[in-house]
Amino acid sequence: MNQPLLSVRNLKTYFHLDEGVVKAVDGVTFDVFPGQVVGIVGESGCGKSVTIKSVLRIVPPPGRLDGGEMLYRPQKQAGYEGLRPDGAIDLATLDERGKQMRALRGSEIALIPQEPMASFSPVHTIGNQLIEAIRLHQPISKQDAWQLAVERMHEVGVPSPEQRMNAYSWELSGGLRQRAMIAMALSCSPSLLIADEPTTAIDVTTQAQVLTLLKGLQASHQMAIIFITHDLGVIAQMADWVVVMYLGRVMEQGPADDIFHNPQHPYTRALLESIPTVHSASRTFLPTIAGSIPHPFNRPPGCPYYPRCVEFMAGACDQRTPALQPIGQRQFVSCFLHHDVADE
Amino acid sequence: MIQHIIKRLLLLPVLLLIFSIFAFIIIQAPPGDFVTSYIAELASSGSSMDQVQIDALRAQYGLDQPIYTQYGKWMSRILRGDLGVSLDWQKPIKELITERLVLTLIIGLMTFFLSWVLAVPIGIVSAVKKYSLLDYGLTVFNYIGIATPSFLVALIAMWLAFSWFGVSVTGLFSAEFVDAPWSMARVGDLLKHLWLPVLILTLSGTARLARIMRANLLDELNKPYVEMARAKGMSEWKLIMKYPVRVAINPLVSTIGWFLPLIFSGSLVVATVLNLPTIGPMFLRSLTNQDMFLAGAIVLIYCMLAIIGTLISDILLAWLDPRIRMES
Repeated sequence: MNQPLLSVRNLKTYFHLDEGVVKAVDGVTFDVFPGQVVGIVGESGCGKSVTIKSVLRIVPPPGRLDGGEMLYRPQKQAGYEGLRPDGAIDLATLDERGKQMRALRGSEIALIPQEPMASFSPVHTIGNQLIEAIRLHQPISKQDAWQLAVERMHEVGVPSPEQRMNAYSWELSGGLRQRAMIAMALSCSPSLLIADEPTTAIDVTTQAQVLTLLKGLQASHQMAIIFITHDLGVIAQMADWVVVMYLGRVMEQGPADDIFHNPQHPYTRALLESIPTVHSASRTFLPTIAGSIPHPFNRPPGCPYYPRCVEFMAGACDQRTPALQPIGQRQFVSCFLHHDVADE
Repeated sequence: MIQHIIKRLLLLPVLLLIFSIFAFIIIQAPPGDFVTSYIAELASSGSSMDQVQIDALRAQYGLDQPIYTQYGKWMSRILRGDLGVSLDWQKPIKELITERLVLTLIIGLMTFFLSWVLAVPIGIVSAVKKYSLLDYGLTVFNYIGIATPSFLVALIAMWLAFSWFGVSVTGLFSAEFVDAPWSMARVGDLLKHLWLPVLILTLSGTARLARIMRANLLDELNKPYVEMARAKGMSEWKLIMKYPVRVAINPLVSTIGWFLPLIFSGSLVVATVLNLPTIGPMFLRSLTNQDMFLAGAIVLIYCMLAIIGTLISDILLAWLDPRIRMES
């Protein structure tokens, strides 16, 4: 097995508010290998977005990194300071506004945001923003950057890209806007693409097109993707490896096949049961997960999922927090049903 | 866009006509007329007039005619480019107000530019360094600037200048230049006096604008397009200046419309306190003396400024913001 492109180890991102500390990401661990699609799935507020913002080092204040490592292996030119002997650089130690981190952002690690509408400036043309993204990391002339931008727009399936370059984001349809956003993310040929719910804001037909496009681009560019979504269907279509998050912690992770066909964590099982299928009897209630996500200030002690868990074991789950441990061939699970290893 | 501007320019005389009617009615609204206040003035100095003289005066100025006739005569003169004669000063109005208007414009425009040059950076720094010591300091400065009436600042400045340096800072000219014809020396003298009223007026203007700029920018700083620019690897200051500042400045531009006339009417009290030969104090005097042709002319000029200010800010806004440009 080759070396991981990105290794996130025990990542902790806390928001320090006046009312208390919100542990948005509380000890997340996962790997991304070159060319692999990693899907991070979980309910709203489980810390998916904060996790990837931590990787990009764009966590908004009062949030900040409070622990962990994010080892990234730059694939492009060398010359990064603080490169470890194994060729990795710890993103967590970099200055988030410093030159090094900015050289990595956009060039090595690119973002496709959730809302393409709001993520383009309304007063600058699409072309202006694409050319800027290109010229930030590549020393080429404006004309060459224009050519490259048009090529990228063409590649992601934007019709008559030359005209769209002069358009404003609000003049395009939702699907085109997201395509333009993907063109911008691809403009510097990143090794790692982070897609933060890229299909949430667009309609279902367009969604399918965008997913197919991303899948195709991933293969042709040989890039790794971290794909964030709350939609298990999208994960099944896209991901090689699935990370299931709940309240800032990884509940379970493993190859997509194993997660879908052999889920080990009660939370994963409950999530999968709540997907409607065409085989289920009609006029029956869809199983749902009882209870709701606890308030961030009111986190339960022990396993964050125990108040809603059907297999809750008193004296264990509410006392200690289960650690993420290997199970079976390639899966990892943090649950006392399977092991007795706790964090701290 | 050009069509839109032409349309607005064509509308200008119509608006002015409507405003002139209202202005005329409001100026005529207080009881009595110029002759009444003239008699009162005479009485206070001990002399008096008999009824025949009074009637003759009224007839001479046309004050005995119904209000619509008076308005009609006034308007027809203005349309011919004649602003009329001031009853109070007994001089052609054009001659009376030209220099004052120019001086007011100079003070106004200098205040305007200085306020913008100071307020925009203050607002940006305040918003970007929110809740820092610098932001708190600037906020305190802003509140002082907004809460302290300009005339009070003017009084304090006069007192300080007099008690510390023994100089009087009133007026815009030294005594020897007040009635002198324009020359380089007179311009130099004007510049020597100009800075104080401009600074005093800038204080409140800057404070107001800086607060608007700070609030606008705070709204924009958390928008996804800012985060996206960050994710592209742009440096922080560069991206702030290019994206959120660019968007946040648009609402500020729309304030130009009311900021221009405000400089004229807002400087009235300061100009009175500092004894500035600007249009404000003359306007005040014309109103108290019911010098209706002078007051009417000045009100019309104010209205024109308001309309032109709005037009300028609309044009600027369309130029700055493609969303507005595409709409019209």
